[in-house]
Amino acid sequence: MNIIQILFWFLSVLAIFSALMVITSKNPIYSVLWLIATFFAISGHYIMLNAQFLAIVNIIVYAGAIMVLFLFVIMLMNLNKETEPQKSRWLKIAGALAGGCLLLVLVAALKNSVTKEQFATVNEGSIGLIKNLGKELFTTYVVPFEISSVLFLSAMVGAVVIGKKE
Amino acid sequence: MPIFSYIVLSIALFSIGIVGVLTRRNAIIIFMSIELMLNAVNLMLVAFSKMHQNAAILAGDVSGTAGMDGQLFVFFIMVVAAAEVSVGLAIIVMMYRNIHSVDVNFLNRLKH
Repeated sequence: MNIIQILFWFLSVLAIFSALMVITSKNPIYSVLWLIATFFAISGHYIMLNAQFLAIVNIIVYAGAIMVLFLFVIMLMNLNKETEPQKSRWLKIAGALAGGCLLLVLVAALKNSVTKEQFATVNEGSIGLIKNLGKELFTTYVVPFEISSVLFLSAMVGAVVIGKKE
Repeated sequence: MPIFSYIVLSIALFSIGIVGVLTRRNAIIIFMSIELMLNAVNLMLVAFSKMHQNAAILAGDVSGTAGMDGQLFVFFIMVVAAAEVSVGLAIIVMMYRNIHSVDVNFLNRLKH
């Protein structure tokens, strides 16, 4: 077992454990903090795959901006363990069973679709570097890039309109 | 790493997101589970982009830029997710202001 495999397993176990803690924590604040841990583990995977630009964007946008927004809203509403609504035990078991079935079916369906020779190259390749991605983003994908700025503007206007007191 | 490891990891994260949506009643936690599912898909896209690049290099592509589209898709998914979160949280705040709860079971007016 070399260092890459050890890192892969460490990050995978960390990601899955924190994702499980997100949906099992009673306190919403803990859910947000565990979700941040999940995002850091996924960013570690991006760094391992040499997608450095996406790793940084993931940390800045998700762990930095979106999660702070979540935390802010939860603290604004003063949600805690006592106010947390709970589903009945049978509904929880049924939900977990449904998710487990989906996991089983997807893994079984995709098991034979890939061969052992198909590798995701780790720790090499330059397509994830900001120089190459930026060049592609501002030539081939310049129209979607500009449209996304309009999307952000409309989201900003929408959030203000929805959020203001009437 | 073999691509199947990444497939299993992404499916596991996606299923955990589904279970979160099915078993929680707090609207904010449901929203966070959706973010988790988006991230599972992002991880899968990045792994597939690296696999595609590897296959192109083995097939004799010297430029080494194959598979870049996958990572740009991930970038655009993050952009859309950021916009979605801002509007969604505004909706949840408005809902809290009107019914003083974030419990999705109270949102059943379309049923009656």
